[in-house]
Amino acid sequence: MVDPIIPAASVIAAAIAVGFAGLGPGIGQGNAAGQAVEGIARQPEAEGKIRGTLLLSLAFMESLTIYGLVVALSVLFANPFLG
Amino acid sequence: MYTFLLSKIEVGSHLYINFFNDLHLHGETVIVSTLVVLTVSLFLFLGTSNLKKIPDTLQNIVEMVYELVRSIALTQMGPSYYKQFLPFVATIFLFVLGSNLAGALIPWKLIEIPSGELAAPTNDINTTACLAILTSLAYFSAGFKIKGIGYFARYIKPAPFFLPINIVEDFTKPLSLNFRLFGNVVADELTVTVICSLVPLIIPLPIMMLGLFASSLQALIFATLAAAYIGEVIE
Repeated sequence: MVDPIIPAASVIAAAIAVGFAGLGPGIGQGNAAGQAVEGIARQPEAEGKIRGTLLLSLAFMESLTIYGLVVALSVLFANPFLG
Repeated sequence: MYTFLLSKIEVGSHLYINFFNDLHLHGETVIVSTLVVLTVSLFLFLGTSNLKKIPDTLQNIVEMVYELVRSIALTQMGPSYYKQFLPFVATIFLFVLGSNLAGALIPWKLIEIPSGELAAPTNDINTTACLAILTSLAYFSAGFKIKGIGYFARYIKPAPFFLPINIVEDFTKPLSLNFRLFGNVVADELTVTVICSLVPLIIPLPIMMLGLFASSLQALIFATLAAAYIGEVIE
């Protein structure tokens, strides 16, 4: 029988991991999208190029959140401390 | 394996095919990735077997794919080197795109297998790790091929004390490629599964569309990054 504190702590750890991993990239993505809108408003003919670059950089920022998610998933489903 | 029993979500249950004592394959990954490889090869073969001056539908699609991967390779590696690495970038792009779309579009749930379930091959961390390691090998060999032994000068640029950082970077590049693809695909599937277990009708559809978009974007990003890593060492 495993110590019940381990699953409980793991669930809380997963929640914290996902929550904080979403924080920074959220701010970053907001900044990037805002700047992109500004760029499009100033130069509407460059919209295609800006959109492509924006999507690519958004996906890079997204990957930081995904790292948090991977940690959370491994803590939930493949916990090394359960024995 | 600890499974989350509330909504019957299982991560990491596989159909094991055993060879000898300690060699086993993840059956569902092997089956689906073989199918993907065959489908993509068939598509490319049919699209390029009967080339015409005025292209028909299939040839049009293949030409579009070619233009896309060519523009990825061209922007990352420059006009003088992109041709020799284009096949690698295109293969990575088509395999990742094919497997992500196969996982999202084909109703694998209808086919019952003894354990685990059929899904996108990129759902398994071994597939993405393999792709990431292949990318590493590709940029190492590209560096050696084009720069020879001078490739190692890259490690002490811009200053000699950057050596440890540059060495660590060689390990973090495949790691981040690996986690990015795996995490995105699993996140899509988990979101859809969780929402399906709450509201099974209509509501998951927009999330599925978002997943479809995100998974095609991931293929683009993986190919772009592979091309960018190769471009970085040969410039």
